[in-house]
Amino acid sequence: MSVSRREFIRSSGAVVVYFSLAGCEQSQDVAGKDVAIHDNRIRINPDGSVELFMGKVELGQGIGTALAQIAADELGVAFEQIRLLTVDTDFSPDEAYTFSSISIQQSGPKVRAAAAKAREYQQQLFGNQPANEPGVVGKSIQRLDIPGKVFGDASFIQDLRLDHMVHARVLRPPAERAVIQSMDSAPVVTMPGVLRVVRDGNFVGVIAEREGQARAAATALAPLIHWRLPEDLPDGDEVYNWLKTANSRTEEIVAHGSVDVSESDSYYQATYRRPYQAHASISPSAAVALFQDSKLTLWSHAQGMYPLRDAIAHTLGLSPGDVRCVHKEASGCFGHNGADDAACDVAALALEMPGRPVRLQWERDDEFLWEPLGPAMQIETQAVLDTNGKISSWQYDLWSCPHASRPRGADSAGHLIYAKHKKNPLPEPPPYSIPQPSGGSDRNSVPLYAFENVQVNKHFVTDIPVRGSSLRGLGAYGNVFAIESFMDELAKTSAADPFEFRRRHLDDARAIEVLDRLQEITKWQSRPQPGTGMGWGLAFARFKNVSSYLGLVVQLRVNAYSKAVQLIKATAVCDAGLVINPDGLKAQIEGGIIQSSSWTLKEQVSLSNIAREARDWISYPILRFNEVPDVEVVLINRPDEKSLGVGETAQGPTAAAIANAIFHATGKRLRQLPFTPDRFE
Amino acid sequence: MSIRFTLNGKVVAVDVEPGTALLEVLRNDLELNGPKFGCGLAQCGACAVLLDGVSIRSCVTPVSIAAGKHLTTVEGLGDEKKPHPLQSAFIAEQAMQCGYCASGIMTTAAALLTSNESPTRDEIRNALSGHLCRCGAQARMIRAIERAALAMNGDDE
Repeated sequence: MSVSRREFIRSSGAVVVYFSLAGCEQSQDVAGKDVAIHDNRIRINPDGSVELFMGKVELGQGIGTALAQIAADELGVAFEQIRLLTVDTDFSPDEAYTFSSISIQQSGPKVRAAAAKAREYQQQLFGNQPANEPGVVGKSIQRLDIPGKVFGDASFIQDLRLDHMVHARVLRPPAERAVIQSMDSAPVVTMPGVLRVVRDGNFVGVIAEREGQARAAATALAPLIHWRLPEDLPDGDEVYNWLKTANSRTEEIVAHGSVDVSESDSYYQATYRRPYQAHASISPSAAVALFQDSKLTLWSHAQGMYPLRDAIAHTLGLSPGDVRCVHKEASGCFGHNGADDAACDVAALALEMPGRPVRLQWERDDEFLWEPLGPAMQIETQAVLDTNGKISSWQYDLWSCPHASRPRGADSAGHLIYAKHKKNPLPEPPPYSIPQPSGGSDRNSVPLYAFENVQVNKHFVTDIPVRGSSLRGLGAYGNVFAIESFMDELAKTSAADPFEFRRRHLDDARAIEVLDRLQEITKWQSRPQPGTGMGWGLAFARFKNVSSYLGLVVQLRVNAYSKAVQLIKATAVCDAGLVINPDGLKAQIEGGIIQSSSWTLKEQVSLSNIAREARDWISYPILRFNEVPDVEVVLINRPDEKSLGVGETAQGPTAAAIANAIFHATGKRLRQLPFTPDRFE
Repeated sequence: MSIRFTLNGKVVAVDVEPGTALLEVLRNDLELNGPKFGCGLAQCGACAVLLDGVSIRSCVTPVSIAAGKHLTTVEGLGDEKKPHPLQSAFIAEQAMQCGYCASGIMTTAAALLTSNESPTRDEIRNALSGHLCRCGAQARMIRAIERAALAMNGDDE
């Protein structure tokens, strides 16, 4: 349970010292004083205990533990002395979002700098010598949050129970642009425990004393709302043709040399497709809000508390100073899921119930039908092989909708579902194209390979059929799948070994070392003959071309009759610079490989002409325990290089390694994700 | 109407509608955190608890079913002072990313280890095939369950 800022300061004792990046200028005896502490990173209490103000949030990736390791190291104190304070807009540094696998790069150096300042001042403030505990950076320190999760402590937003809390559910339209024609809430208002039925335009919610009563009310109300349904979506695989004909603008991502591939004799082309896919977090989104004395306090598992505060304040007509957002963990989000929307929903509902905390739990189908999906991609590649078996020209075109629609503040609050559905909707924000080197749909669209002539075009589709936004890796998943599949196809055409073919196009020593190590560890030379039903596949990428390197070999078996793909083993080699926590890094990569295996073998959100067809775990199956491979991850630690994130590094290589292994096993080249048995026809 | 059952070794009585979902009673009335809401459809396993030793889905089970019976949640497996070997093993193997699904998985794994003290890797995979983990921590969880089985058979220390 969080405490208010004043309590927070009072409870901290007589002399408390805050350290920001600038030093300890703001340090003071704060008893009874209110201080602006938003720049502070580290607080040292009189008993010597250290509190670390997180600017990034814990998403199950272990960032809190890694930052605590950095702070402990720099301060020279025992790791156990560090306590983490999650992001709270009342006192935390504003680091916007926790995304893009950059937390350790962005937040790590700031924590280190503040800790260094703290160490400098420690002696003069406390009259003691700085401690000198052995360093913990580079050690596999166990995560701070895991024991609580194992013993059933209150770890998640779902475990937040406030006095006199009431429960809410929302009722969404059956399609994104459906509108209410009529609604009869009379029979529901008198149901047991029902406190409010809230309607604002096309937004409908119910509030009841007990959670089961809120569910019952929502179930009863659903058939009493009549919607007008538009039939405006591209149906099934039509979406790929639709992407090419919809309104779009073309951005040249890279162009050097002369790429006129069609003139050449040895010219190859292929088309790859990645479907709409869901974050499908295991817990549907939830949020708690309390509106009291004209102030709104909001507990949310969204990835950025400050942007959320600004977007929701704007949407509800409140001043940002009257809104406080506090982060609470939920299940892994893997990007922009329903968290922000649920927070805005519950904030709107809490305004109707002043003085009582309102807890909103989305149902499973709320999440599947309304989360912003990872957008579909159509990718067309062409290449020319010269007489030495080298790629001389490379042409690459991709079509996709925006991969970013976060409500970042007032200007883009219109992305929130409530903001779209309320009676006076906010304007639809203009489609946002994330620039390179991060890129959105074009993330990792530029090959790391040194080709003489390269052209990459991003066709940024500005018509938006269904909500879409950032899903782990963004375009890197589709682009690395396409590039690394095409590399495998071209290696085969050149009769070259896949490792050797990649190395001949690489001039990056770290990339080459990753490949060398992987080849050695997997004993690649012992892979089976092609076409036996057993397949080994290789893929490689450097995430965003500026972050961590990952090479991956997948071993699998394809059932000759059912065409079911059974993964056997995945072996990865990763170079993420200086490693802060080796086991934490491995865990993230293992998780990425297994999750991407699931995307690659099973996952797609099909559209009918009205709505999404995935609404539960039956219509959106994911990989199960009996289907996951054994996973081995080997790290190359580089103490002299800066630390790089690995949260999204494995997503693309996994897809391509599986495609390449399937080709090796069966001779069948699959270019459209996911690789369900019908794709073999 | 008061419904009585034994929860993690202690007799409890709750005064709720008999059709109320067991998960709601455990989480909202008895304030346990272990069983989680994941789908409400008995599809994901986040809400799994043991009813007389058998893993059930508390999200679709009316609380009246529990009357007079023994319920075990992850809180009942052990605590920080006296952890269940599975809890120790999940920490030792760092067998989760977000950990939201882990309580349900540990309770089903506890039932497995009661009926089969040395399960093979495939038996573990199959026993847990009704549980979903979105973070992809399955490989670690399988290793943790193997480690717990070894510890329970005294092969560990």
